[in-house]
Amino acid sequence: MKAVLLIDFGSTYTKLTAVDLDAEEIMAVAKSPSTVETDIIQGFNQALALLEEQLRKVPHEFTERLACSSAAGGLKMIAIGLVPELTAEAAKRAALGAGARILGTYSYQLDRSEMKEINESRPDIILLAGGTDGGNKDCIIHNAGLLAEMLPQVPVIVGGNKKARDEIESIFRRKNICFCISENVMPRLNVIQVEPVRETIKQMFIERIIEAKGIKKVEKIIGNVLMPTPAAVLKAAQVLADGTDLEEGLGELVVVDIGGATTDVHSIATGEAVQAGVTLRGLQEPYAKRSVEGDLGMRVSARSLWEAAGSKKIKKYLVAAQFDIEGRCKELSARVDALPRSPEEEEFDEAMGAVAAEIAIERHVGVLESQYTPNGIIYSQTGKDLQNIKYLIGTGGVLVHSKQPGMILRAGLSREENSPYLKPLNPKILLDKTYIMSAMGLLAERYPDQAFRILKRYLEKV
Amino acid sequence: MKKTIVLGVIGADCHAVGNKILDFSLSSAGFEVINIGVMNTQEEFINAATETNAQAIWVSSLYGHGEIDCRGFRQKCEEAGLQDMLLYVGGNLVVGKQEWEQVEKRFKDMGFNRVYPPGTNPVEAIKDLEKDLQTKVK
Ligand code: B12
Repeated sequence: MKAVLLIDFGSTYTKLTAVDLDAEEIMAVAKSPSTVETDIIQGFNQALALLEEQLRKVPHEFTERLACSSAAGGLKMIAIGLVPELTAEAAKRAALGAGARILGTYSYQLDRSEMKEINESRPDIILLAGGTDGGNKDCIIHNAGLLAEMLPQVPVIVGGNKKARDEIESIFRRKNICFCISENVMPRLNVIQVEPVRETIKQMFIERIIEAKGIKKVEKIIGNVLMPTPAAVLKAAQVLADGTDLEEGLGELVVVDIGGATTDVHSIATGEAVQAGVTLRGLQEPYAKRSVEGDLGMRVSARSLWEAAGSKKIKKYLVAAQFDIEGRCKELSARVDALPRSPEEEEFDEAMGAVAAEIAIERHVGVLESQYTPNGIIYSQTGKDLQNIKYLIGTGGVLVHSKQPGMILRAGLSREENSPYLKPLNPKILLDKTYIMSAMGLLAERYPDQAFRILKRYLEKV
Repeated sequence: MKKTIVLGVIGADCHAVGNKILDFSLSSAGFEVINIGVMNTQEEFINAATETNAQAIWVSSLYGHGEIDCRGFRQKCEEAGLQDMLLYVGGNLVVGKQEWEQVEKRFKDMGFNRVYPPGTNPVEAIKDLEKDLQTKVK
């Protein structure tokens, strides 16, 4: 039997998923607290022991091991562009889609105090953009010079005006900077091109960052680390939506991942206007888009969730339970490993999950604005119209453990008539009950057909 | 090298026909046209010009609110570092029939380099542009 071991080095848990490739089945899953700070292999071995325990009676041998990682703070990146709404935003979107954690986004010509700030945030990679192809090059060249002078130790990916490449290359060569030239994130005004930069980020992650984080030396045991964990989730979403060479995809969809620290939303959709006669405005959105809400989470970010939502919004989802909402949120953000111990506490977690889904999707989708003119109303759309997506898929602990995951996910749907937010209207709702999205994203790198079929089989309708 | 011109219609104005004609005329005359289309704020013109390193911005206003929409444009350009940007404006700039000299003066006072009355032939304006770009280089 051909078995594959999929490993996710998370910030809190090391998660293992064993897959039978022939039967296209999940054989077992196991997790154990991560031990990245000490010896990463410890946590892995503990999880492996738990996994093997479950597989005692099944003869098996892992012919392949694939890993993804968000350990040691994940892939930490800084995005630099020229205009905040244009190349800086395009750079940020490219990095997010590569599974990065964005520490900061900077624009225009940088100065020394900003360089200091970037340095103090300790990024793994800096993405340097600015200017359309043939457009402004002064800014990106200035910023390249400053980076070479003040942050020579940080690897840089260049995704800006192609007319500035030669000059940037010679600046970086002179100072021996580790860098990689990619394609422009915004080759023409308002046109976004994220895929080449995402690929470059992934390569650099595999070749350099893994090593810097002390994971490289154990690759013999754990197999190859292929990508940051969030990139694996996006990959799974994309395979599911688009299908593979053999399989027909499910169509446009959204994945919501509600975690302890952040809530991620992934959409695989063109986002074109549903309604006729709408003018599109602003920077184009990537087809595979990931957004990360750092203030919406179940534990570490419970307090900031309350700050963002307010007590009333959380209360809306509480039916029976009576809580001092502010107090409970603050308490949870201090006790990050707290598990709900009563039906009331479960209900509170569900309410927080619903609020996280509601706000995160609201921030992810586009907005429709109307202008009244003597000639009637005219509409313009900024961002993605996700009203007609076919599936909304949920993943994350709160959903898996909840008795009403459907309620939590439906909080993200469009509910008011005439709301300006272009949220999903009536998608089918699926739950990642076995928690395999990231593992299947990994598997899809080598075995897309199997990954697709396993996902389809294991995602549950709710 | 081709000169880059940002072209668009300002405000809540959705008159799209003239914009297409201007795009065609400028492109045919050998310019790189960054056409941002209808319904743009001043910031959208300025951001586009910044990223693309444009030499001139052509603003259209057809629906009569041009004066309000264009106020402060020059100052914002300067604020954004587009110091000697060539700013042209044209279309139906004001409501109803008003003395052209007055209208032109008001827009020039606002900082526009050239102001065009309704029905201007784009060819004339392009001649002016070529002249202005030459003096700008000097
Ligand atoms: C078609 C039209 C519409 C269509 C537009 C369809 C579309 N999406 O394009 C619709 C029905 C939607 C419409 C709506 C309105 N319209 Co209308 N519309 C017209 C009409 C009949 C033709 C415009 C046109 O396409 N002209 C042809 C093009 C080629 O010419 P152009 O736009 O003037 O552009 C040329 C020149 O002006 C010049 N130019 C323009 N900009 C610039 C800039 C520079 C730098 C330079 C050098 C040159 C230049 O070069 C262009 C190419 O040759 C005009 C009347 C007219 N005959 O002009 C009214 C007109 C422009 N509309 C008018 C009005 C008031 C409106 C409305 C407010 C209400 C209404 N009465 O319907 C709404 C506004 C909607 C909005 N929010 O923008 C008025 C404006 C009055 C004013 N400024 O004093 C006009 C003049 C009619 C009138 N006499 O009352 N309109």
